[in-house]
Amino acid sequence: MNTFSLILVNLGRNKRRTVLTLLSVTVALFLFCALSGVLDTLDEAIHVGSETRMVVRNHMSLVFPLPLSMEQQLTAMPEVSSVAVQNWFGGQDPANPHNFFPQFGVESQTFFPMYDSEVDIIEASPPQGAAAVPAGMNPKLASFMEDQTAALVGSDLMKQEGWKLGQTVTLNGTIYPGSWPFTIRAIYRSKVKAFNSAVFFFHWKYLYEKSNQQATAGIYKVMLKDPSQAAEFARKVDALYENSANATHTESEREFAAGFISMYGNLPFVIRVIGLAVVFAILLIAANTMVMAVRERTSEVGVLKTLGFTDATIFTMVLIEAAAITVTGGLLGALGAKKLVTGFNLGGALPPMTVRWSTVWTGVAVALVIGAVSGLIPAVQASRLRIVNALRRVD
Amino acid sequence: MASVEVKKVRKVYQRDRQEIPVLDGLSLEIADGDFVGLMGPSGSGKTTLLNLIGGIDQPTSGDVVVGGTNIAALDGAKLAKWRSRNIGFIFQLYNLIPVLNALQNVELPLLLVRMSSKERKERAKNVLSLVGLGDRLKHYPRQLSGGQEQRVAIARALVSDPSVLLADEPTGDLDRKSGEEILGILEKLNKEYKKTVVMVTHDPHAAERAHRVLNLDKGVLSN
Repeated sequence: MNTFSLILVNLGRNKRRTVLTLLSVTVALFLFCALSGVLDTLDEAIHVGSETRMVVRNHMSLVFPLPLSMEQQLTAMPEVSSVAVQNWFGGQDPANPHNFFPQFGVESQTFFPMYDSEVDIIEASPPQGAAAVPAGMNPKLASFMEDQTAALVGSDLMKQEGWKLGQTVTLNGTIYPGSWPFTIRAIYRSKVKAFNSAVFFFHWKYLYEKSNQQATAGIYKVMLKDPSQAAEFARKVDALYENSANATHTESEREFAAGFISMYGNLPFVIRVIGLAVVFAILLIAANTMVMAVRERTSEVGVLKTLGFTDATIFTMVLIEAAAITVTGGLLGALGAKKLVTGFNLGGALPPMTVRWSTVWTGVAVALVIGAVSGLIPAVQASRLRIVNALRRVD
Repeated sequence: MASVEVKKVRKVYQRDRQEIPVLDGLSLEIADGDFVGLMGPSGSGKTTLLNLIGGIDQPTSGDVVVGGTNIAALDGAKLAKWRSRNIGFIFQLYNLIPVLNALQNVELPLLLVRMSSKERKERAKNVLSLVGLGDRLKHYPRQLSGGQEQRVAIARALVSDPSVLLADEPTGDLDRKSGEEILGILEKLNKEYKKTVVMVTHDPHAAERAHRVLNLDKGVLSN
């Protein structure tokens, strides 16, 4: 036996209480790390996209479209490599109208080559004809390109909806009224964690024609020849349309994502407050448990001191005992959050959930602090206890 | 040579604003290897005197010198270290740690000494054998009789080889037979191992085992 095994024996004294306290710390730290994971995910989302791809949107708001005539003007600029229209569709699955997932009509010929290095086409229908895909586009998208109603769907969304390749999915348009049938011709999976694998892409041309040419451009994605020209390009485009009816706001895709995330407003603050409230609640529970555990052993503390254990040793033993429970619970909770929450789809334009290792270690550190603080009061009480008073006490 | 010297010791407890004197200028000497019985009515200060000799309480005034060390002058940590090396305590209610077995209970004081785990275990086993519990090493306090528990407590008091054993009514919670066994062990430790024993008791029969009996009354020695 040694002092450490004495601490372990004390932990096993009331197994049910120790296990319940450990579980409550585990659940609290799981919640804390999962909530912090949402913040990690929002932070990751800010870093989505490249500095080479630019986004041109209406200066007023994303809600207002841009004229189609702009595409030619942008394409003609010397800094530009390619331009693609992207339009928010906002359709509803009639079978489950509350099930939201992002849908975009995109100018496929130029849009997908921009993202070729960031997505894998993991499954695709065989092409019916011998249609050639545009330069820079993944050849697996041949069947997608030859079918005007084709959809390219993320693997996470396929799993979530239980869809199969080749299946026809009909959505009800909310912005563009009517019933919109799509055929899933290909499935993609993101190669970078910041890119969402739960988006529904289809041909903008289909949107344009089926809406009786009412569809305009939501935003323009612009691929630059040289990323160092981004700032100059943005200034130039915005200056060009400054006095028009469609003033633009041009920024890199990364800046665009950051702006999009800022629309979540005070959500990060609310999440932090909830996380801290959970931690504080568990701190009180752990402190109560430790106070009870040490109080029950008052006479034993007196015996240990009589045998020669110093006040400092008693103080340290109680603190280690408290920290052992909370750090074990913290490790289980934090690692559990890392294992179970990572990859969870938050929906919207956000990338899949991520719980960074720094969040896991922060969780463990928080657990250590909970242990130290919750053990502090009983440790001080035990170390200050006078032997004669401890031995006189009858529990 | 005196093993214990108590010089003009006063002990006053403070309860609210009221001062309660327990020991009033008490002086005594206990020789090395003596076996002293302390008797007296409840509240006479027997246990307080024992606590002062053992360094688990401090006198209000006066000196307590044990083995040449004035323990009234030692502070908390030094006093704890001194206690662990010089004093063995035996309580009326044994005060064993219920979640530790007999061997572990006896090992406890040795955790404060630089000693290998193996050496610690060996020493604890030897002392348990000395008190006749060599076959109860793995038994927990709840699995032992009162007499056996007190023998474990004696082994715990003895394991760090202190020169002074302080026993506070060691037979007070035992039947006659078990009490006799405990008194026999204390006598043996005094005679064969030259331990100085100071025993508080209410039992005149137990006090007969001591070389001399001191009677305390209202904080002063009456004989």
